[in-house]
Amino acid sequence: MKTEAVSDRRKFILNMARSAGITALGGFIWSAYVDEVTASQLLLRPPGAIKEEDFLKTCIKCGLCVLACPYDTLLLAKPGDNKPLGTPYFIPRDIPCYMCTDIPCVPVCPTGALNESSVTTDKKLDINAADMGLAVIDSESCIAFWGIQCDACYRACPLLGEAISIVYEKNERTGKHAFMKPVVHANICTGCGLCERACVTEKASIFILPREVAMGKAGDYYIKGWDKEDEKRLENAMEIKTKTEISKESAIDSLNSEEELY
Amino acid sequence: MATLWNNYRYLFFRRFTQLSILVLYFLANAWGWSVLKGNLSSSLLLNTVPLSDPYAALQMLAAGAVLSADLLLGAFIVTIFYLLIGGRVFCSWVCPVNIVTDAAALLRRKLGVDAISRRQPASRNMRYWVLVLSLIISAIMGITAFEFISPISMLHRGIVFGLGFGWAAMLIIFLFDLFVLKNGWCGHVCPLGGFYSLLGNFSLIRVSHSEENCTLCMKCKTVCPEHQVLHMVGKESLPVLSGECTNCARCIEVCDDDALNFSIRNLAKNKTTGE
Repeated sequence: MKTEAVSDRRKFILNMARSAGITALGGFIWSAYVDEVTASQLLLRPPGAIKEEDFLKTCIKCGLCVLACPYDTLLLAKPGDNKPLGTPYFIPRDIPCYMCTDIPCVPVCPTGALNESSVTTDKKLDINAADMGLAVIDSESCIAFWGIQCDACYRACPLLGEAISIVYEKNERTGKHAFMKPVVHANICTGCGLCERACVTEKASIFILPREVAMGKAGDYYIKGWDKEDEKRLENAMEIKTKTEISKESAIDSLNSEEELY
Repeated sequence: MATLWNNYRYLFFRRFTQLSILVLYFLANAWGWSVLKGNLSSSLLLNTVPLSDPYAALQMLAAGAVLSADLLLGAFIVTIFYLLIGGRVFCSWVCPVNIVTDAAALLRRKLGVDAISRRQPASRNMRYWVLVLSLIISAIMGITAFEFISPISMLHRGIVFGLGFGWAAMLIIFLFDLFVLKNGWCGHVCPLGGFYSLLGNFSLIRVSHSEENCTLCMKCKTVCPEHQVLHMVGKESLPVLSGECTNCARCIEVCDDDALNFSIRNLAKNKTTGE
């Protein structure tokens, strides 16, 4: 009896250790895989999508937004797409977002991963408030920057003249023509991708990137002195003075020191 | 013909249910039908009733997401439904992977792979470990961990929205079940099955065994994907109380002696204690 009890206990401990080992190993592989698929940052999400980090927590991968889209814009990531599995995204060069005024994809979301209030202004759905990404122009390959007349992206933009405007500039090479350069205004652009779809170059010279990828950040150090709103930040600013000792003599002496000259 | 029907009637109903659910979801995508929209993770029944996977909701909770009212209501409805009719009814009557693993199990019996490896080395409790692990990974990484690797959603979503490389996952499960471990995926690994096992512990609809009728032919044990739940066969008249029973009813239809039948939990209990 006694020996049996001991061997049972041993077996139990061994089994526990074994299970714990397998679980830990499985956990490592699993989390490494999850880390891998969630690392892709260049995904464009449907309008109203919350912050990517929260989106991955919240999206239940049901595809109701995909079903709701009348233009088949939205896709669900399949195995082999190397994107977070089952989450909705779109490729503007294939099918852009056509910015439906009733935004059918957003209210159907059961989990709030597509947030209705982020695309609502004055209690009305407003697709112009959407923020799917930001159009970025590669001025090297954009033929308008070469001097060839093209305003395909400007014309395709649903916020014509607001999100993309055309800037005229003299073409010094010919001396008698103008460059008509497209300029994207980040505060208006919704990232729908109609410009990317319309771009005539072989690979689109204007393309949509997620805002976090497309934009830089000036930080708090610089203030627009000509902008009253921006200047207000000075009111609460703390004064930090840094003093550097400047010696007039050492400046003059530096010119006289012989070693430094050679 | 009558015996054929008798021996396969539940199997027929199960395949019919599984396939019609798939077709309804598929048609919602292809033709815009609105009977069942979405997929098994979350869907909309007749454009009004929300249905959501409670296990997915649990992972979202672990990941630290804010759960919306729609999702909670949907998960609640599904939970109540499976609490009543048997948790793993999902596994045998709804889940599309069941068709793959059942095919592997059938082929396994036909090829005689079963006869070679009688003893299964793996524990059936593994699924509960995976279940806990999925919640831990969800909490640490802030992501619904199982949803990112789930072959169930992969296959189901794949059939509704496009499969991609999902077929490879199915092939792996099929071969694993066929050659490596009998009922390997559904019976040992799948955490969703584990989750529904826990729900099924409380369900009302049970398979009940009557010892007087049993002739010890053991056909039920051969065909049962979770044969440990049939431990009472030939010994006692008891209902199957383990939540691991999938209520697939294969045991009922293969039994030629009327020793197994569906029953309601408390009625069956009273009957056994009353005698």
